[in-house]
Amino acid sequence: MAQQLDPGTHERAQPPAISLRNVVKRFGSIVAVDGLNLAVPAGVCFGLLGPNGAGKSTTMRMLTAQALADSGEIEVLGYELPRESKRARMEMGVVPQLDNLDVELTCRQILTVFARLYRVPGGERADAVRRALELANLALRADTIVRELSGGMRRRLLVARGLIHRPRLVLLDEPTVGLDPQVRQELWTLIDGLRSEGVTVLMSTHYIEEAERLADVVAVMSQGKIVAEGAPAELVRAYAGEQVLEIYGPPEQLAAASDTAARHGWQSRRSGPALAIMRAETLDGDAPQGVRRPANLEDAFVALTGEEIE
Amino acid sequence: MSVQADVPVARARARPLRRLEPAALAGVMSRDVVIFGRYWKATTFSSIVQPTIYLLAFGLGFGTLVSHIGHLKYVEYVATGVVATAVLFSSAFPGMFNTFVRWQFQRTYDAMLAAPVDVEELITAEILWISLRAGVYGLAPLLVGIAFGLDPDPGMLLVAFIGFLTGFGFASFGVLIAAVAKTIDNFNYVTSAVLTPLFLVAGTFFPVSALPAGVRTVAQFNPLYHCVQLVRDASLGWLQLADLGHAAVLLAFAVLMWRLAIWQLSKRLID
Repeated sequence: MAQQLDPGTHERAQPPAISLRNVVKRFGSIVAVDGLNLAVPAGVCFGLLGPNGAGKSTTMRMLTAQALADSGEIEVLGYELPRESKRARMEMGVVPQLDNLDVELTCRQILTVFARLYRVPGGERADAVRRALELANLALRADTIVRELSGGMRRRLLVARGLIHRPRLVLLDEPTVGLDPQVRQELWTLIDGLRSEGVTVLMSTHYIEEAERLADVVAVMSQGKIVAEGAPAELVRAYAGEQVLEIYGPPEQLAAASDTAARHGWQSRRSGPALAIMRAETLDGDAPQGVRRPANLEDAFVALTGEEIE
Repeated sequence: MSVQADVPVARARARPLRRLEPAALAGVMSRDVVIFGRYWKATTFSSIVQPTIYLLAFGLGFGTLVSHIGHLKYVEYVATGVVATAVLFSSAFPGMFNTFVRWQFQRTYDAMLAAPVDVEELITAEILWISLRAGVYGLAPLLVGIAFGLDPDPGMLLVAFIGFLTGFGFASFGVLIAAVAKTIDNFNYVTSAVLTPLFLVAGTFFPVSALPAGVRTVAQFNPLYHCVQLVRDASLGWLQLADLGHAAVLLAFAVLMWRLAIWQLSKRLID
């Protein structure tokens, strides 16, 4: 009885920020999303990890009703989509994969237009714009035309635009694709800050490191379905074990090692110049010579999707 | 945090959302206003220079041969006719090009539709803005005409509304064309095969009555013909009952094109 009052129990009882049930989306004969089931709990950073073409972007577009599901049910922040999608969109922010900033406008102008679109009241608009500019570290560039901004600045402005109305849910579609490592780090800090403020974040990515660093929960998507879901460390343990044995050598030697692995029923894959054997902790004395390293999310990802990451 | 976040929800639920939210329309149009702030000089320049050139060219060219068309002085005829061409070009072209560029090249519409703005609101706001502008700039040829000897008349103020209504129809037509066009080059077909005959066979520079009977009948289906008639009657102080008919045609054209534009662009903006 006392446990009912436990705040932790209350947290779990909260309805999910996003829920998709048996969602199907086809484009002609192509099935982009194939019976997707997904629940994103409120207040977490949720990573949707999958190779290109897995259906991540289509899923993201369905959450803003910019793509309509052929069947299934979608709920966002308790609103039923697509019927109540305008309500849902008022309370969430979206950072798209493709830069769709107005190149003719200044940072301040863009943020002001979106403050209006997101119904920030007139008296609060200037403050909201100022806050967003500071958040994106663009205060000094407030009156610069977007065309003259660097790629990193544009991406930060894109994030600021999606946060102008302090949304309680943020959708990030491949937030750091094509960015250099330093800019990527800056964005990661920003996303991490959102989560610590209690904002729910759904982030699609095909960068393993991004998911591993930021996401509390990762769902691996492949061919329009979720194939595994859990905390990154759990996924690694479940699908790649604790250790990976990496064997380096000339191609013939690797081919031989690969045959050996297959004969023993060891799970292995080519990883760049090496052959990687999963669950190295379970190998007996027959294990070939190589370097042991801890298993990571990439190993689990490849084991799950059968696809290599570039 | 969760408690705080729930407050706006409760407040928002209290008010049902309309299909065309004024706040959404204002938000979309605020972007147009900002952009206009950059280009108003060029727009204003061309809207004054173009009718001046028409009046000079036709006035000096035809004016020496033709002093009157019917009971109208030639300057009265051309200045009022050019209003219609000004409205046509300042609505159909932005309707086509702005829509295509913002949708396909800049992806502005994709960005806006992720915000709480529906396709219907987005397109309606864009069309409203274009037609407001067309209404105001439709007055420019009259101002130029006055400099060329046209008598000012209070009825000329109505021309802004006629320009708005006509502009709404042609802006919507432009959006519809942008929605169905495969590439931006496709607009050339529409410009040469649709817009050019529309603007010539409307009683703009020469009367429709001079044309063969078949063409005269076709002109009745040209919204621009009705615009020209209304503009002439309003700015020369001859409004009559028949003008209600012209206004009704323009209204019907505007509503039809508006709905068609929304229907066609919705299909393409939403997967």
